[in-house]
Amino acid sequence: MSAGTTKLDVTVADVVPVNDLVTRFHFRPTAGGLLPTFSGGAHVVVEMREAGRPPRLNPYSLMSSPLDTSEYTISVRRDDVGRGGSLFMHRNVRPGDRMVVSYPVNLFSLDLRAKKHLMIAGGIGITPFVAQTAQLAAEGGNFELHYACRTASLFTYGDLLQERYGKRIHLYHDDRGEKIMLDRLLTSQPLGTHLYVCGPAPMINWVVGRAAELGWPSENVHFEHFSAPQPGLPFDATLAVSGKTIHVGEQQSLLEAIEAAGVDPPYLCRGGVCGQCETNVISYDGKFLHNDHWLSEEEHRSGCKIMPCVSRFEGKSLVLER
Amino acid sequence: MPIEPTIKSRPIYGTLSPQKGTEHLLIADAEGAQAILDLAKSAPEGFFAAAEIVYIPRASGEGHVAALKALKPARFYDGPSIAAALPRLRQTFATAHMGLRVYLAGTEGLIGQAMLAATEAGIDYSSIQTEHRGSLARRVQCVHCKGVTEDVTTQPVTCAHCGLTLFVRDHYSRRLAAFQGVCINAEDRSEQVPVEEVFP
Ligand SMILES: Cc1cc2nc3c(=O)[nH]c(=O)nc-3n(C[C@H](O)[C@H](O)[C@H](O)COP(=O)(O)OP(=O)(O)OC[C@H]3O[C@@H](n4cnc5c(N)ncnc54)[C@H](O)[C@@H]3O)c2cc1C
Ligand code: FES
Repeated sequence: MSAGTTKLDVTVADVVPVNDLVTRFHFRPTAGGLLPTFSGGAHVVVEMREAGRPPRLNPYSLMSSPLDTSEYTISVRRDDVGRGGSLFMHRNVRPGDRMVVSYPVNLFSLDLRAKKHLMIAGGIGITPFVAQTAQLAAEGGNFELHYACRTASLFTYGDLLQERYGKRIHLYHDDRGEKIMLDRLLTSQPLGTHLYVCGPAPMINWVVGRAAELGWPSENVHFEHFSAPQPGLPFDATLAVSGKTIHVGEQQSLLEAIEAAGVDPPYLCRGGVCGQCETNVISYDGKFLHNDHWLSEEEHRSGCKIMPCVSRFEGKSLVLER
Repeated sequence: MPIEPTIKSRPIYGTLSPQKGTEHLLIADAEGAQAILDLAKSAPEGFFAAAEIVYIPRASGEGHVAALKALKPARFYDGPSIAAALPRLRQTFATAHMGLRVYLAGTEGLIGQAMLAATEAGIDYSSIQTEHRGSLARRVQCVHCKGVTEDVTTQPVTCAHCGLTLFVRDHYSRRLAAFQGVCINAEDRSEQVPVEEVFP
């Protein structure tokens, strides 16, 4: 177990199919009572245990209202080409099951000094905004959400949000050729607006790039990538501090291989965004495949650091300070 | 003369440089004009066509007005004092949109007060460009009567409101845009403390 990821024993209270791809899970504390408080934008790491294989640990954004901690809810999009975590949730998890989730961690929180909150979501990236809009609505906060999705049948919570917040919700159907008029949107916001974006990487890059170009200070721009470890060629690494040599399989992340060797490095997001798992490289002969959103480009080039939750290595030798 | 950071609340200033933005608001007093003229050397095409300059010449700056106007900003305003320019600034901020970038140059009093108006309008202070030029004179708030004395160049200083002899601390309040002044001879008011010119 790692620093900052104290665990919670929960029981699955309900499993609700939302549409063809998305299913919602409700967790209640197994011991009864209330769950720890959280703020909109937080996620938990869900442990998926299956006999005969190491547990899968996937982060999911909490989408229930932060005002109600009698349960946590998450919505999981089925991913048929991943390593099976989301498929496990869809196929194996039933009401009454006991599961373990981490304490909530927020790497995508609202800046409550904002005069206005402008939110942009793509696809399953809507989940943190469901919680954030509930929080803001309760506080009388000023917000506006622009949400793009492929088709009406996959518009997860589009109707629900429109029902709750009316004109503050703008939906864009890709298959009807509806497009977010991004430049017009970004140049017409009152001073003191904060921008939040969550969705596929190309969408995040587009929004963050246009915002910078149009003079939005980086302090006002917030984003969250739902990144996952990518598969790659297997490689070996030496853990200098613990004196172990590990093998990282094709489908395994470096972090998972370190954990499988009985070493517990810290982590919070397992998605390359929080910075917790940052590891010093002592020596290497080969090339890094950096997939994180934490280290600077300069640090990537330096060969001195790696984020083992998402990044990989190809080459002859890699020695880590772990 | 560079300002050395002493304690945490002491503001640190940089050098103005052109930022990406849809509009630019440049506010300066006295020698601060020179910082705008220096920024102009590296400003991209069209920068001043989307810019407003608010300039308070004070005693030393009249000579800069023509040079600033020659930059052909979309709007140019010069006024007698920071206090007189503030309502106009607040009005500008109230109707402005994201994409407006703010640049402040000149005395600490100008930078501090314009910064306060900007942050009240929701601009994060770290996204505001600042450059100190000219006099080191400070705006000082007396902690006893709360009155503010402008353009303080000496240590100690006599509070313009209650007459106490104040020691000017490096402690700076963003909320007040002023340094703190504390009575230096509270034990014995008749004690005479030598006055030195330390913020020329
Ligand atoms: C902070 C955070 C919050 C998140 N919140 C949510 C949420 O609210 N809802 C949600 O549905 N998801 C969320 N995610 C994503 C989630 O954690 C999982 O990544 C997702 O559910 C897929 O899990 P998986 O195990 O099925 O696939 P993963 O193994 O995680 O794979 C995901 C993607 O990685 C690539 N990939 C992985 N393995 C392979 C392989 N062998 N071959 C080819 N490509 C591969 C593919 O592109 C695949 O689509 C979040 C992620 C982060 C970091
Ligand atoms: S665990 Fe968050 S960056 Fe690796």
